Amino acid sequence: MSREILLRAEHLYKTYKTGKKGREVHAVSDVSLEIHKGETLALVGESGCGKSTLGRTLIHMLPATAGSVIYKDMDIAAMSDKQFKPYRSKMQMIFQDPYASLDPRMTVRDIIAEPLETYKLCGSREKTTEAVLRLMEAVGIPGEFLNRYPHQFSGGQRQRIGIARAIALRPELIICDEPVSALDVSVQSQVLNLLKDIQKDYDLTYLFIGHDLSVVNFMADRVCVMFLGCICEVADKDELYAKPLHPYSEFLLDAIPIADPHRRNRKRKVISGEIPSPMDLPKGCCFCTRCPYATEECRSIRPELRDIGGRKVACHHPLEGENR
Amino acid sequence: MDDRNILEIRGLRSYFFTEKGTVPAVDGVDIDVPKGSIVGLVGESGCGKSMTVRSIMGLVKYPGRVVEGSMCFDGRELSGLRENELRKICGDDISMIFQEPMTSLNPVMKVGKQVREALMIHDRSISRAEADKKVMEIFEKVGIPEPEKRLECYPHQLSGGLRQRVMIAMAMICRPKLLIADEPTTALDVTIEAQILRLMKELRDETGMSVLLITHNLGVVAEICDYVYVMYAGRIVEQAETFELFDHTAHPYTRGLLDSIPRIGGSAERLHTIPGVVPNLLHLPKGCAFCNRCGYAEEACHKAGGELMEIRPGHKVRCIKPLETEVKA
Repeated sequence: MSREILLRAEHLYKTYKTGKKGREVHAVSDVSLEIHKGETLALVGESGCGKSTLGRTLIHMLPATAGSVIYKDMDIAAMSDKQFKPYRSKMQMIFQDPYASLDPRMTVRDIIAEPLETYKLCGSREKTTEAVLRLMEAVGIPGEFLNRYPHQFSGGQRQRIGIARAIALRPELIICDEPVSALDVSVQSQVLNLLKDIQKDYDLTYLFIGHDLSVVNFMADRVCVMFLGCICEVADKDELYAKPLHPYSEFLLDAIPIADPHRRNRKRKVISGEIPSPMDLPKGCCFCTRCPYATEECRSIRPELRDIGGRKVACHHPLEGENR
Repeated sequence: MDDRNILEIRGLRSYFFTEKGTVPAVDGVDIDVPKGSIVGLVGESGCGKSMTVRSIMGLVKYPGRVVEGSMCFDGRELSGLRENELRKICGDDISMIFQEPMTSLNPVMKVGKQVREALMIHDRSISRAEADKKVMEIFEKVGIPEPEKRLECYPHQLSGGLRQRVMIAMAMICRPKLLIADEPTTALDVTIEAQILRLMKELRDETGMSVLLITHNLGVVAEICDYVYVMYAGRIVEQAETFELFDHTAHPYTRGLLDSIPRIGGSAERLHTIPGVVPNLLHLPKGCAFCNRCGYAEEACHKAGGELMEIRPGHKVRCIKPLETEVKA
């Protein structure tokens, strides 16, 4: 795979102000990462860890509080909406909830045509409809459903419509924000296969946000594990699943239920406790309150993301060999 | 009724009577829950699994109705009971936890009080001080950290995992003989899911209660269930002891579900899919409900649906051409 970098985030922060006391929620704090052209980078973590916020901040759907996002030597995080408009067509999004993300009062044709019309790509109405039909074919929605409304489709079909809309402008990067978590298993696999096919056909790069690690295992080339707005570990998928280095990655992998009763008594570590409030982050490592290996150092100094054997890990005491 | 079972459902039919026609959401379901065991009821959305347990608890709402069937709990017939009689049993001896803990807790009442209320309704002789003590105990038991502080919290002040623990505490406080859990971990993260499943298993081991667990996740079933029922389009299509079901999967639908799950360690380029979607219950195929999506379907499958047949001891399947025989050969 080419290592050409498509998008790079540098020390990205996203903070939400809350309440009257000026309290702040640190949804994303000091995140630096690279998305390579043509790859699928997965962002995983528990709910509230900032993975969706990070995804949206990367493509200018949310303004960054600090830091930069570099795309083609331009800092898109610093741009105004108007300046960003030409780049918007290169970065699209597929949303989690196929029921909420399609306007119930628009027909399928209008939903998929909207981006084409906004960017005036097709000229005439007939040509736009032709383009819509081609997109519908690409995602496996029969052309005769052109004038149907979203409520006439099942969840899986709606997600296909969302995918058609996302690829309409021939983007380079698509943020897939938990695209299958609202779907049933049998439909989920159809949509995942479609996403893989589309990626090949349209030469796409994916940032795949997910909490289901078996789905992520199927989709991703590299995986970025997040906890409380910070990156814990970034590694190639196979390396991460074979041997996680960050204690949190290990807990996350151990928690996956496996559909094989013969393995139910396998050795697994179950994490205790819940996520601390992102309003007052621990002073040291974000994970120190739940980490069984935490030392005084972990509680006082926040670990930097550092290179260990080709991957990046933010931990003072990574799980290497049998040193525990 | 077999007295090794805490719950026996026989021939349960619950239909929705809508303007467009009659929807057979649950169409002739038999389920046994043996004492002290965890029984999984698996299926995709709309297959009727929630409707089945709602029928047991008398929670089917208009335009739905339990049409026929017998539900025998601990030697007592539940169907036909008046609401107040059923309510006495549901709560004392049967408890239920729901998928979304936020919507099933009262948002304007402190959680400690809510759990205490559940206890005091069912045990009128208990004093408030004693009840408070019991609530503390149960909070500790379900693993709520700093229970004395949490008692005074409102539901919105707790995380999803803690809310679900409060729900479990409320369900457990009357020491039920049967716990019905409807997708108890679906809204939770995997780390919390693992904690909650472990907790349910521990409580079962300690108190000997039985659990009927509704889920769409075969991973969850493999982790904690003793018996499994697979439901499709309102009917049981396969049932067996857990190891038997996973080792000798016989129904093409169950096989399809298992194959659709992305496996860790597998390096498949494509996932197995079940073509099509769950059929509309208003327009079920004439033969087997799964025939239009089944890769093995023959002409006979389109004509008549199979009956549940026992193919191995305790392993029943509703298919005229079960897989086991040919796949293993």
